Amino acid sequence: MTDNPMEKMSVVEGSYATAHAVKVCRPNVISAYPITPQTHIVEDLSQFIADGEIDNCEFITIESEFSALSALVGASAAGARTYSSTSSQGLELMHEVVFNVSGMRLPTVMTVVNRAVSAPISIWNDHQDSISERDTGWIQLYAENSQEISDLTPLAYKVAEDKDVMLPAMVCMDGFILSHVFEPVVLLEQDLTDEYLPPYRPEHILDTKNPKTFGSFADPSVYTEFRYMQQKGMDIALKKIEKAVDEFTRIFGRDHGGLIDTYRADDAEILLMAMGSVVGTIKDVIDEARIDGIKVGLLKIRSFRPFPVEAVRKTLADAAVIVVLDKNISLGLNEGSLCTEVKSCLYNTDINTPVMGFMLGHGGRDISKGTIHMIIDKSQKVARSGIKVENEFVDVRGDLI
Amino acid sequence: MSRLAPGHRGCPGCCDAMAANFVLEAAGDDVIVVSPTGCLEVMTTPYPESAWEVPWIHSLFENTASVAAGIESALKALGRKGNTKIIGLAGDGATMDIGTLGLSGAFERGHDITYVCIDNEAYMNTGVQRSGGTPYGASTTTSPTGKKSFGNRTQKKNMPAIMAAHGAPYVTTTSISYPKDMMRKVKKAVDIEGPCYIHAHAPCSTGWRFESARTVEIGKLAVETALWPLYEMEYSEITGVKKIKNKKPVEEYLKAQGRFKHLFTREGGEKEIAKIQEIADWNVKHYGLE
Repeated sequence: MTDNPMEKMSVVEGSYATAHAVKVCRPNVISAYPITPQTHIVEDLSQFIADGEIDNCEFITIESEFSALSALVGASAAGARTYSSTSSQGLELMHEVVFNVSGMRLPTVMTVVNRAVSAPISIWNDHQDSISERDTGWIQLYAENSQEISDLTPLAYKVAEDKDVMLPAMVCMDGFILSHVFEPVVLLEQDLTDEYLPPYRPEHILDTKNPKTFGSFADPSVYTEFRYMQQKGMDIALKKIEKAVDEFTRIFGRDHGGLIDTYRADDAEILLMAMGSVVGTIKDVIDEARIDGIKVGLLKIRSFRPFPVEAVRKTLADAAVIVVLDKNISLGLNEGSLCTEVKSCLYNTDINTPVMGFMLGHGGRDISKGTIHMIIDKSQKVARSGIKVENEFVDVRGDLI
Repeated sequence: MSRLAPGHRGCPGCCDAMAANFVLEAAGDDVIVVSPTGCLEVMTTPYPESAWEVPWIHSLFENTASVAAGIESALKALGRKGNTKIIGLAGDGATMDIGTLGLSGAFERGHDITYVCIDNEAYMNTGVQRSGGTPYGASTTTSPTGKKSFGNRTQKKNMPAIMAAHGAPYVTTTSISYPKDMMRKVKKAVDIEGPCYIHAHAPCSTGWRFESARTVEIGKLAVETALWPLYEMEYSEITGVKKIKNKKPVEEYLKAQGRFKHLFTREGGEKEIAKIQEIADWNVKHYGLE
């Protein structure tokens, strides 16, 4: 084997890298409904099935997203490793099942190809769809690039299926920006993935030789404990994600960070925070700003659920100003979700740093380097003279309002 | 032997319990049962108790067929399908209204499942609201009789016809008042490879308002008045019909139930009864019941 990773790279579409990653994870049941921009993933998986490249696997070409995830409830309870993928409206249609899968502690993995939600209808990227599923009890991981979406897939299975976790996981990738872009990627090797991800062997399954009841109803004397145990699973997942990252690095020799990642953050006075593909643009802008002597760095969130409170606090402790970029908004609060989480984990601590929130990139609006520079300029002023505006929309067109 | 343990919390004379017992007795031990939210789920599985001595799963209200399809696919993929039967046991609301999308999809794709609709003609678990299975003239809590209403204004949705239109190998009606008929049909359905649909008429003493000792009698009257025809269909063609020897007027069925009482006490009720008789007469002609 060569030591030069460049020689192992193929130039593939992000969707193909994802589908390939799913393939080498050896799923038993895939159930999905086509929706832009998720389609290339399920098309590639369909081709793998048609070519006999996934053993012991059934692909259900189902009639709706609602049923797609419902079928995986049955399949996962029967002991199958399960996979689905969706976007936007599809995820919203699944919503009732999304809660159900987590409550039943079924470790399904689903790629969410992030897309704005209707109305107005838009096929382009933002994070409103998966953010809207924040409280459903799914692990949520966000990828910066095609390599990361590929590598997060077996990691998601490994953590989700851990007997002390047993929670479903969404791996989120930006629609079009990642799903439809060709990048050099090291496609996951089957032998290494087998070494990394053992077969799924759940403790409780639908088995006629050992009958069990799944999905009982819970009266007020027992319901609370189900929610409490889900939160315990999330707490454990925090540690298991870090452990799964270490093992991934040991076997595959690649590292994208753990629950979080940082870039030039050690001495940063201005600390930018974001998730997903915009991180790449931010890194370029940081390099440019650093040339001008601006002490700016990045804290990238990889695990949005469970939210890495301790790691975030530790990284933010010495910054003069914290700047959060959100591709979503909680309407009525005028704030993006990551900004809310960051503020909440700083309260009741000794950290009293101003937190600025910028909501941008809605419905696929391009986030240019100029926009990031503008945000850094504003944050410098806040660092000097204090915060006046906590949250604002970015790049709003006055001519349309 | 049935695998539904006694001690569940069903009402006296409960149609769901009878239906579940007949299905389990006919289908044998090698079964996995899927149920939606509803009376059957609530009365049999208050955590941490369960009346089910076979593997059983409940997910949501409207996804019984999709969950069943997922189980079937998983067992195939894992090489564990063997002779295991996957059976959906769902009420009329879960089947004919909110769950139709997933049911249609599962039948179109041809999963090897048997789906039994236990049709008690309204949403009983939530307090007797009308469904697509509620018959003409029935008073429910959302189709009540009133100064300007004689109850439900629509006829029962012809669900067996819809299921037959999928080209399913076996679609049949039955009634919990005819256990031998029902068990024979369940056995036939689970032994056929592919999606089979059984629509079981199921009188509910609570919702229909009759004495709980009369569940079987009321179900028989529905068949004897031709308001619930018993027939079998294979690949969309009718292949078997239970003939009625001494057909009774619909009044005999209607007057036995509180949900139709207004038809006999209110002025103009006789016209409504005549309309219901027309439905029975159409059944006799259409299905060749005499």
